[in-house]
Amino acid sequence: MASSFLDFERPIRELEALLDELRKPEKQAEARQQGIDLDAEIARLEAELRKAIEEVFARLTPWEQTLLSRHQERPYTFDYVRVMFDDFLELSGDRLADNDEAIVGGPAFLRGRPIMVIGHQKGRDLRERQRRNFGSARAEGYRKALRLARLAEKFDRPIISFVDTAAAAADLRAEEHGISEAIARNMAEFSALRVPIIAVVIGEGGSGGAIGVAVGDRVLMLEHAIYSVIPPEGCAAILWRDKSRAEEAAAALKLTAQDALELGVIEEVVPEPLGGAHRDLAVMASTLSDAILRHLREVEALSPDERLEERYRRFRRMGRWTVAPPVSPPSTESES
Amino acid sequence: MWSTPMSSGWFGRRARARSQDSVPDGIAQKCEGCDEIIFARELERNLKVCPKCGHHHRLSAKERLEITVDEGSFAEMDGDLLSVDPLGFPDYQEKLQKAQETTGLREAIITGEATLEGMPIVIGVADFGFMGGSMGSVYGEKVARSMERAAEKRRPIILFSASGGARMQEGLLALMQMAKTAAAVRRAADTKVPYISVLTSPTTGGVFASYASLGDVILAEPGAIVGFAGRRVGQQDAGVQLPANFQTSEFQHEHGFVDRIVSRKEMRRTLAFLLRFFVEGTQHGQ
Repeated sequence: MASSFLDFERPIRELEALLDELRKPEKQAEARQQGIDLDAEIARLEAELRKAIEEVFARLTPWEQTLLSRHQERPYTFDYVRVMFDDFLELSGDRLADNDEAIVGGPAFLRGRPIMVIGHQKGRDLRERQRRNFGSARAEGYRKALRLARLAEKFDRPIISFVDTAAAAADLRAEEHGISEAIARNMAEFSALRVPIIAVVIGEGGSGGAIGVAVGDRVLMLEHAIYSVIPPEGCAAILWRDKSRAEEAAAALKLTAQDALELGVIEEVVPEPLGGAHRDLAVMASTLSDAILRHLREVEALSPDERLEERYRRFRRMGRWTVAPPVSPPSTESES
Repeated sequence: MWSTPMSSGWFGRRARARSQDSVPDGIAQKCEGCDEIIFARELERNLKVCPKCGHHHRLSAKERLEITVDEGSFAEMDGDLLSVDPLGFPDYQEKLQKAQETTGLREAIITGEATLEGMPIVIGVADFGFMGGSMGSVYGEKVARSMERAAEKRRPIILFSASGGARMQEGLLALMQMAKTAAAVRRAADTKVPYISVLTSPTTGGVFASYASLGDVILAEPGAIVGFAGRRVGQQDAGVQLPANFQTSEFQHEHGFVDRIVSRKEMRRTLAFLLRFFVEGTQHGQ
């Protein structure tokens, strides 16, 4: 059983531990000897477990959603690649300088369909996390993503992008190699790629690091993923000079999948299995494959020109404002 | 060829409005670069560049316009767009209102049409004094509309940035302005509209990581803070010694992300040169 869990998962994990114990053959044997009906007890605990999960997950706060999106057991890009795709071949390098392992990608087949996959990869154990810079990509990672996206365009293959990063790298090397330019370039170029692009925020949609690979025809979010302009901790530090108020900041930032849907930033919230994607990867992967293929069919029905126009409009209409009557002397000519 | 329409207008008013000056209003102020006391009039005559150390003091958007475009040529566009509080974010409305009062602007960027040495352009200028020049929905919309206007009228576009990045108070909608402006730059590029991006202090975060890094030519003022995450925000590995010029325009120039460092005095002349190179004998700038 898993070793890491979040505070609000504790009642769930305790019940699970108890169930695991009771299911052991030696316990079963022991119970039989003493004439105890263990099956009834297990059934009762299973019902209780289900109820406990439902209760916890029915009222998750934005902060708890944030913690879930960063859950140590949360499936990462390669987990989805492994379960969703029939076949996948990782390609490497930006053909300019380096191979940044915080972003991975390559050709794959999704239920028989050839698709180019790109995505952040955080890493499971400490060594892998360090190698992948905890999923915080530098310029080379974004340039690799663009290279693979252009490859997909050249051979007329759709692109699926898995978004899962706390933030883009902001260290000396990232700055020296132009992390800002790389993110900016990706947004500009992805807006003009002629093949369909579906982006899915599977965990953390961290600011520029996320949007650098999330310009597409459709953007989906898993139910417990987050998407934010700044991490709640950073927001709290700036606003209140107090990182411990991250919980408040998480609520203020409107960073949940439901919020993103209401703000018109994403097309769909993809439901996760009860208790979160990490509790049933097979079910999650299957739901996600269905959703991706459904959106893909819709955007593929458009001609490339229509699709580009819609993609442009998609981002073009984002934002909210109002129009005021002029107060200062209007030197302006009339705006159509 | 280089004449500055330096009427006392905006400069005088702005100088009085600045509350953060270490030396109060009036005839003298402390240079932020060398700590020397300089006379306000001398500083203004010198385009707010310290005559002693060359430090470029921050300009308001209106001051910038005044020293950049031909006198009286600026016609504002989309000046009626007003920010709202889409998330119900704590204190946002108060901050907006305060920024509007102290700057006399409605938003952190002014955009419009103008001429520069007689050549018609579209221009946008950010104002750091307005909530740190942060890019929210209105800012992004104005940049995108400017790009579209430039493309439609076949005019070169010049954008001066002075911004801490995306406006946190508008959450995801602010983040989306990065994509919106980048896409607008990309689309305008198809019509071969020249785009000159000018980075002034500071240009960081979501602005540097979107349209500001996508100019056909990117210029920067000397000594400007230019970088991805602020020096304090950025996470550094233990033991990494940051270069003294880390996240300045000189650093970005050294690493190939800025074409030229251009002093304020040379900026207009440089812009005019580039405009002539891009538009002469073409359909642009008619």
